[in-house]
Amino acid sequence: MDFNMPEDVEIMRTTIKKFVEKDLEPISQQVEEEARIPDEIVQKMRDLGLFGLAIPEKYGGLGLSTIAEIIVYEEITKTNACFRSRIGTSNGIGSIGIYYDGTEEQKKKYLPRVASGEWSAAFALSEPEAGSDAANIKTTAELDGDHWVLNGMKHFITNGDCAHLFTTLAVTGKKESGRSEITAFIIEKGMPGFSIGKKEKKMGLKGSETTQLLFDDCIIPKENVIGGDAMIGQGFKTAMRVLDKGRLTMGACALGASQKLLDMCVDYAKQRVQFGKPIGQFQMIQAMLADMATEIYAGRQMLYHAACMRDEGRKITREASMAKLFCTEMASRIADKAIQIHGGMGYMKELPVEMFYRDVRLYRIYEGTSEIQRMIIARDLLKD
Amino acid sequence: MNIIVCLKQVPDTEAQIKIAGDAKSIVTDDIKWVMNPYDEFGVEEALKTKEKFGGEVTVIGLGPKRVTETIRTALAMGADKGILICDDAADGSDSIAVAKALAAAIKGMEYDLIFTGQRGVDDDLGVVGASVAEFLDIPQLSLIEDVEFAEDGKSVKVKRPVEGEVLTIESSLPVLITTQKGLNEPRYASLPGIMKAKKKPLDQKTLSDLGLDASDFGEGARKLKIVELLSPPARSAGKIIEGESPQEKAAELARLLHEEAKLL
Ligand SMILES: Cc1cc2nc3c(=O)[nH]c(=O)nc-3n(C[C@H](O)[C@H](O)[C@H](O)COP(=O)(O)OP(=O)(O)OC[C@H]3O[C@@H](n4cnc5c(N)ncnc54)[C@H](O)[C@@H]3O)c2cc1C
Repeated sequence: MDFNMPEDVEIMRTTIKKFVEKDLEPISQQVEEEARIPDEIVQKMRDLGLFGLAIPEKYGGLGLSTIAEIIVYEEITKTNACFRSRIGTSNGIGSIGIYYDGTEEQKKKYLPRVASGEWSAAFALSEPEAGSDAANIKTTAELDGDHWVLNGMKHFITNGDCAHLFTTLAVTGKKESGRSEITAFIIEKGMPGFSIGKKEKKMGLKGSETTQLLFDDCIIPKENVIGGDAMIGQGFKTAMRVLDKGRLTMGACALGASQKLLDMCVDYAKQRVQFGKPIGQFQMIQAMLADMATEIYAGRQMLYHAACMRDEGRKITREASMAKLFCTEMASRIADKAIQIHGGMGYMKELPVEMFYRDVRLYRIYEGTSEIQRMIIARDLLKD
Repeated sequence: MNIIVCLKQVPDTEAQIKIAGDAKSIVTDDIKWVMNPYDEFGVEEALKTKEKFGGEVTVIGLGPKRVTETIRTALAMGADKGILICDDAADGSDSIAVAKALAAAIKGMEYDLIFTGQRGVDDDLGVVGASVAEFLDIPQLSLIEDVEFAEDGKSVKVKRPVEGEVLTIESSLPVLITTQKGLNEPRYASLPGIMKAKKKPLDQKTLSDLGLDASDFGEGARKLKIVELLSPPARSAGKIIEGESPQEKAAELARLLHEEAKLL
């Protein structure tokens, strides 16, 4: 497989690179302190088409290949991670379930709004008792005539504050096996009985809002089941497909951040003088740089390879988990070394190294923890 | 209004430039190529003018196959058509030969306005714009930081900075304008623009397609020969002036500027 990128993908890379340098990086610290992305930046993201990445052209998006999307995410995570989160949650996990399993009517109604950035989207699966064990959700939905009534709560929901549309999983019955039957719903902001709960205070990703969602006899139209009546009870499959795709995205974010950290370290190692020479001339610093670069090279090959496989229509369950696992664990190792190379300055808020250190830590937890990725890989290895 | 923008592909200004073994060229292996920043101003101005007066924007580049990426970038920004003059025989041509080829490609076209960068940020010669105008026998306005068209779109008034003052010049059309920093803030090639650009026409032409004689081009035909490329000398370490008080330091600085640097 050869990674000579098509010309359009290279041009996209250049555009995102410039956008990061000129518009995002200069306000990164402000966003970190104010914990919010200014509206004019969100508007610039819309103008650049960033909310429509993988959504097909037919529904107002760009219909990007997986590899093109990966490159966009890789470049945009070379600054504050919340910018990527805002985009990726919306046109990724927040709405992609509608694209995968929604009815034609649902696709036409929702996807163009998401693709243009007019609406943001969120994905609501996790609950206090259902994290890695996602099927253990307790939020229920009952059919009552021409509408569903939802009760329960979700937590740790990205974009909770800014989304207009929530892909939401709830229990609609019991299977013979005793496991819950889960259905995926489309919930719009403002539907009766639906409200945004507590905003979480987090270690990182400060510019991205993570909230609770509360459903108190929340009433939604009968037709808001993703995929219509035929998909009642099939929502867990939709959720898993959504997360499958997200794994490569997470890998790309971890890769972009890692590359940025390495670039900062190389510059610093050339500039910072101790004992009369740049610290880059000390073998122990060199070894750290060499290890960082080697891991990044490996991570990038895995990720691009898995993305190209997906574009060829091949099944990538195992590869996507491997790429997510490797790249996100790598990013934590690299961030740790990056602080070490920067010494005390690495610990100070004046430089963004400590922000990356906190932000990349998340990638090992959400959209499937590292342990869950290992479980998926091992299951695939051991299956008959 | 029909507008032509000439584009050059140059090494990214952030690229580390290394001189090749022949001491006459640079190592191009790891270079990222980008649109000459001055040409970006040209594309932006052309698009703004088109938005006001209608018409078509055509971009023209010369160079190896990789230059299509720069042309596609301009198409993604909003230009309508691209032309790449791509011919092995043109490799190593000097600025005059490049201008000759560009002029030959432009000659048969209908145009009111041509933009080129005031110079390429690679070899900083600043010859191509004026030469294209000369070959086409049209007026040339160089180093322009403001362009304003008459309401009827028949003439143009431009501003050029001169020694802290501003010179305002008026010209009839067609005219060639070379762009200066400050002219505008070039737009990004948006992602939807990039997808659309894939379907826009990009013609490739050889020298003979343009009725040109290959022997007038390339290394052998250069009127301007590069003798040697040298890296700038390494910057020597700065000097920290010691002293008890600001007054004492200032006096020492003045003394050094006078006696050592001989500036005062
Ligand atoms: C900032 C942030 C944003 C988030 N955004 C969203 C969102 O938008 N939508 C959404 O639905 N969710 C979201 N989440 C939730 C996220 O997906 C969960 O936190 C994640 O799946 C882990 O679940 P948990 O926190 O309950 O941890 P737990 O599942 O309780 O895990 C605790 C530990 O046990 C390990 N563990 C669990 N099961 C096993 C096992 N079988 N074998 C071995 N080890 C195991 C885990 O790997 C982990 O180390 C977000 C979380 C964060 C932190």
